[in-house]
Amino acid sequence: MAMPVVKAERCPVRSGDNVVRIRQIVRQWTVELGFSLVDQTKIVTAASEIARNTLDHGGGGEALVESLSEGGRRGLRLVFTDKGPGIENIDQALKDGFTTGGGLGLGLGGARRLSSEFSIESRTGEGTCVTLTRWK
Amino acid sequence: MERIPILKMGEFLLVTIQVDMHDRLALTLQDDLTEMIVKNRTHGVLIDISALEVVDSFIGRMLGNIASMSRVLDAATVVVGMQPAVAITLVELGLSLPGVRTALNVEKGMELLRGSLTATNGHARRQG
Repeated sequence: MAMPVVKAERCPVRSGDNVVRIRQIVRQWTVELGFSLVDQTKIVTAASEIARNTLDHGGGGEALVESLSEGGRRGLRLVFTDKGPGIENIDQALKDGFTTGGGLGLGLGGARRLSSEFSIESRTGEGTCVTLTRWK
Repeated sequence: MERIPILKMGEFLLVTIQVDMHDRLALTLQDDLTEMIVKNRTHGVLIDISALEVVDSFIGRMLGNIASMSRVLDAATVVVGMQPAVAITLVELGLSLPGVRTALNVEKGMELLRGSLTATNGHARRQG
């Protein structure tokens, strides 16, 4: 289903500074959309988790930030893509505490809980695409 | 190089995190703080995060690491000033900061540290 995209911006995810920049953009856009402070914080945190995954596990990639307006509701969608090694077992990767990178293993599962909609596509050897949306 | 300042406040160390932390800055803070704990023979560290609008699992892990490292160096850590929206998000993220003591503000955090020092008799030991 096509969703009217009010505005969109592509950001590289190649360094820690890029992750900080993505957090700032997401914050600014959710403020513009009129999100509550808690909802702003949730989606900024989710963005931070996935951006870090893209950087650390995907070897870097790109984030697409989109401001959506569908019927009466408005939201923010984030699409993170990388051409990294991919995730072999997505169900396992979504489980809290599962980690291959020495982290806490909360990134994917946590980001899913903080989003209204969450999807993940991955092919071993080709890369990963994570899409998360938070509606106002 | 950019650094997070560590202030000596009486018998304690105070770290006020005001910037959006990237990984390198967080790691530098861990190094600097452990060095300061040993150098100043401090038994208490306050980390003020009231200016932080986001605490993700990376920052959460760093706070946990700092608390563990401090504990091994005989210093207690109290994280103070967490914003309510950050607390709500952290719990939903699945991070409850185990092993990290918290207080509502710096003042309450200092009370907590003083209390724990007295309880373990660390205060008397260090002055004696």
